[in-house]
Amino acid sequence: MSRVRAVIVLVCASAASLAHAEVALDQRKSGADFMSAATRAMQDDDTANPAMLSTLDGESLWTEKAGDAQKSCGDCHGPAPQSMKGVAARYPAYNVARKAPLDLSGQVNACRTDQQKAEAFKPESAQLLALSAYIGLQSRGMPVSPPDDARLAPSRAQGEALWSQRIGQLNFSCAQCHDDNWGKRLGSALIPQAHPNAYPIYRLDWQGMGSLQRRFRNCMSGVRAQAYPYGAQEFIDLEVFLSHRARGMPVETPGVRP
Amino acid sequence: MDKRCAAALIMLACCAPAAAASLQTYEIAGDAIVAPLGATQGDPAKGRAIIVDRQKGLCLLCHSGPFPEQRFQGDIAPSLAGAGSRLSEGQLRLRMVDSTRINQDSVMPSYYRIDHLSRVAPAQRDKPILEAQDIENVVAFLLTLRDQNSPQPSPKEAR
Ligand code: HEC
Ligand code: HEC
Repeated sequence: MSRVRAVIVLVCASAASLAHAEVALDQRKSGADFMSAATRAMQDDDTANPAMLSTLDGESLWTEKAGDAQKSCGDCHGPAPQSMKGVAARYPAYNVARKAPLDLSGQVNACRTDQQKAEAFKPESAQLLALSAYIGLQSRGMPVSPPDDARLAPSRAQGEALWSQRIGQLNFSCAQCHDDNWGKRLGSALIPQAHPNAYPIYRLDWQGMGSLQRRFRNCMSGVRAQAYPYGAQEFIDLEVFLSHRARGMPVETPGVRP
Repeated sequence: MDKRCAAALIMLACCAPAAAASLQTYEIAGDAIVAPLGATQGDPAKGRAIIVDRQKGLCLLCHSGPFPEQRFQGDIAPSLAGAGSRLSEGQLRLRMVDSTRINQDSVMPSYYRIDHLSRVAPAQRDKPILEAQDIENVVAFLLTLRDQNSPQPSPKEAR
């Protein structure tokens, strides 16, 4: 019964989305393809990529004992280059205990609180970004591989609905910029297709690291909409939808953006 | 469309001091708003300043136009050059007030509409993007953008 309902939701969502032109699979381009040669070179060269510093912090956090349990991530998982290979590529994933999809940083914090008995890291904290970037690095070059999991279907449908909804005083949907007008110029910025495959990123404009949700919040305030808070279900839903939309594209984490 | 109009009228009628009441009423005839929104004549120089202001008018995020001093003009929308030759004053006014009345899927923001929006940030809630007098100033400037090659608006279009 609930499966049937999920299918109906999906059918309705795709009917509604006919209003905008979805990016064809073979037309997809990474955000990096819209960058200047210099910024692109910065991402591609590990010695120049400023986000690599964050992954180094992540590497040392991986083995740092923490919380009442006095355990490190590595105590449970072993060395990340083996155990975390391909993990970021398949997030967000359904979490059985929480009966909800979790993004990668949500999973990191679930381990913090449930396994390490430590306080969750704050959204956008250097530690959370560093661990996410380090885990993401272990999937670099692998295809974005959202799980074929029916329990994610409602979240994906909800994400697609949010994607197509016009919001803010300027009354824009994500789709109007990223499906219908990618490659065009919005003032000085080239509009990318909004693939989530390079996050967390070092953004030159931020002069620092930031998560996909920080990027979402920037786009929302750009259209003068009230942004959802960090960790909001809406952001998870958007990411579930976007990772499906980016399926098969190579993970670039840790990315650089202008 | 009609529903939205009716809703706006109901809001105007019953919640008198609410923010909705701060918008001037206007009448749409065909694809135009013939009568000016404010009492004061539009000032083209002020209108130009609004258009190039990236916080206020935001026009050059999407449009280009004859603004040689402005770098980084957008290319999402047609050039504003010659807009005053292609469209009458009333047509320009409706285009500014609520472009979705002309094309429901238009990405151009409705500069003088506060209904049927969602999740507007608190600072902008119940406020139009531009005030009535700003709209008149912008329309007055757009009318000066004449293109020799375009036909003048016909009397029928001009209403
Ligand atoms: C008015 C246009 C506009 C709207 C609406 C918009 N965006 Fe964006 N978005 C942009 C631009 C421009 C950039 C690139 C900014 C830059 O790099 O300078 C961007 C970047 C992004 C990126 C980063 C892509 C990358 O390669 O790093 C993501 C993800 C994204 N947007 C998601 C969204 C979502 C989700 C929404 C809706 C909640 C949304 N956007 C709404 C214009 C928009
Ligand atoms: C986010 C994008 C966007 C912004 C911002 C925007 N416009 Fe537009 N505008 C459009 C699009 C797209 C069209 C084409 C018609 C349509 O799709 O509605 C258009 C059409 C027009 C036209 C009709 C042009 C013609 O020749 O038919 C005028 C005039 C105009 N806009 C003026 C303005 C002014 C003045 C501003 C700022 C105060 C502005 N626009 C801001 C997107 C935008």
